[in-house]
Amino acid sequence: MALYRNGSFVTDDPWRILGADEPVPPAGPVALPKARFLAEREALVGRNAPLGVVIEAGEGLDGLEDDIHRLSLIVLTFPKYTDGRSYSTARILRERFSYRGELRATGNVLRDQLRFMVRCGFDALEIVHEGTIAALKEGRIKLVSLHYQPASRDEDIPPIAGGRPWRRSSAGLL
Amino acid sequence: MYRYDEFDRQFVAERVEEFRDQVARRLSGELTEDEFRPLRLMNGVYLQLHAYMLRIAIPYGTLNGRKLRRLAHIARRYDRGFGHFTTRQNLQFNWIRLEDVPDILAELAEVEMHAIQTSGNCIRNVSADHFAGAAADEVADPRVYAEILRQWSSLHPEFTFLPRKFKIAVVASPADRAAIQVHDIGLQVKRNEAGELGFAVWVGGGLGRTPMIGRKVRDFLPEAELLSYCEAILRVYNLHGRRDNKYKARLKILVHEAGVDEIARDIEAEYEAIRARGALAMPQEEIARIRAYFAPPAFAQLPARSSVFEAAKADSRSFALFAERNVAPHKVPGYGIVTISLKAIGAPPGDATAEQMELVADLAERYSFDEVRVSHEQNLVLPHVRLDDIPAVHAALAEANLATPNAGLVTDIIACPGLDYCALANARSIPVAQRIARRFADIERQKQIGDLKIKISGCINACGHHHVGHIGILGVDRKGEEFYQITLGGSGDETCSIGEIVGKGFSSEEVVDAVETIIETYLGLRQGPEETFLAVFRRVGEAPFREALYADA
Repeated sequence: MALYRNGSFVTDDPWRILGADEPVPPAGPVALPKARFLAEREALVGRNAPLGVVIEAGEGLDGLEDDIHRLSLIVLTFPKYTDGRSYSTARILRERFSYRGELRATGNVLRDQLRFMVRCGFDALEIVHEGTIAALKEGRIKLVSLHYQPASRDEDIPPIAGGRPWRRSSAGLL
Repeated sequence: MYRYDEFDRQFVAERVEEFRDQVARRLSGELTEDEFRPLRLMNGVYLQLHAYMLRIAIPYGTLNGRKLRRLAHIARRYDRGFGHFTTRQNLQFNWIRLEDVPDILAELAEVEMHAIQTSGNCIRNVSADHFAGAAADEVADPRVYAEILRQWSSLHPEFTFLPRKFKIAVVASPADRAAIQVHDIGLQVKRNEAGELGFAVWVGGGLGRTPMIGRKVRDFLPEAELLSYCEAILRVYNLHGRRDNKYKARLKILVHEAGVDEIARDIEAEYEAIRARGALAMPQEEIARIRAYFAPPAFAQLPARSSVFEAAKADSRSFALFAERNVAPHKVPGYGIVTISLKAIGAPPGDATAEQMELVADLAERYSFDEVRVSHEQNLVLPHVRLDDIPAVHAALAEANLATPNAGLVTDIIACPGLDYCALANARSIPVAQRIARRFADIERQKQIGDLKIKISGCINACGHHHVGHIGILGVDRKGEEFYQITLGGSGDETCSIGEIVGKGFSSEEVVDAVETIIETYLGLRQGPEETFLAVFRRVGEAPFREALYADA
């Protein structure tokens, strides 16, 4: 597994992603499953360390609305890469809740979907697939870089001159 | 016609290279077939019974001579010299080698064409009225909005892995020639009382194994809000559409299970949130920029009546028949809309040879301001022909077996590729269509029967739209034998209805006789030649047809 964040692989991931039963350590950033986060919310918020939540595809944001601003990491899952729900959740987080923390994709994260993920607002990709890791390292990713529609990262990429409202190139965004 | 600028050209070129890379990884074994399938489907590549099939997008069914000639060239060079026009205004090649696909896509890109999103669980090619820009009853050219939707939906980052495929159709007249109510989103361009343009919006229509008519969720959506509203519909569907069962994954099931009121509320809430952000409001300059591409051609001022046209009708019985059935009124006096039937008696519906494509390209350039349309009924259309020129066009078409005067008649049959090609099919469709056409080949008999739409699907997925056929035929497998179930009273127009199953199925031997029995029953019941099959069915119901079909049972 490798973590690709904002354009490069990183080895210093400070986050501990906890399961349903793992004890919360006394210090350090932790991310918990959504249900557990909501159940243990009071204790977690009192902890003096960055907080994160793991949201399974299909779980949605219900119940988290008031906490999004205090989160530093949100992990959205792709159980299969053909399950596209987390793309919508990502855009809602970025565009509606103005979430500015780390947005991490995990699960079936494959090279042919990377740019879609980045454009929907993911800035960190947890990659298991060896071919995808190698292709990213070697700069072999060939993906269409031009876009016809607005999405979540448009402030990072200036519009192309020439009249059309939304056309963009995100060639530098991966 | 829309023309690519540098941005569009680079977009399609990058897409070709992306797919070339994906094919190379598949051929090298780096990608398994399972991993490759959704990628190839996104580019219109299916694995069929005998070979790969490539489905090429013809946005809203609009072609010109250059594009059609390139399709002919691809048919000849990479396939077996013909192609198949589909019910969603696309073109399929059925005998393609996977390793050739990147080169074919590169050849298409040169003429501003592609195969993006002609398959897969994404927003498919947007279809529109094939008479757009020519029909007397339209309030605007629906292709302007179809093109805006095409651009917005192309490689949309959020909506590329939907629960299931997603189809949008646009018309701009009260008469629905694009079957919008059996699409996931159906749009009818209209004007409100203040004269402003906007849309009536239907959602959740579809055929397949659970046919449903779309539900109207907006009577008037302002023009500038089109994309905000469509994005809202897609987001609600992407988040809430079922993913546990591919046969229950279309938007129609979500609308049906949750109820249209709840879905409409969800859409409106999402729409308000998207609108508040403002990112998708269509600037008037952008609408105007796209509209300029669809400006009417330089029509001549002509008398409404053409003496050449009238004389040809008087002189030639075959031309008179053609003029009666295959020429529709044009909004400009002195012009007509010519339907080129791809339903010659005994031919596979919707097929055209490379030579036929080239002839139509020639005729379009010479006589129809270089425009050709593909209809969802699997015919071609020359939308803007001077009445004075139609006799010459007819003569040229007749030479190529393209002048069958059967538009809208009993032999103008829609049929899916069926078991002759398709891996999903349970039964053959094309041979049944051919046998029905031969039974009713006599044009006088066809005219006597009048408007009648027969639609044939080779399996429950309903690619031949049998649910909305006046007479629908569905092929099923019964213990290894092909059987055909008949539905009656379906319609895909503005009076949309789903056909009713009339009774037990018929064997391949029996099915043509059954169709004839239905038609004879209709002829006996009608109150006059002007009462169509559909009108009679709606008046009397299925009982008399059932009695006639199963009298001996």
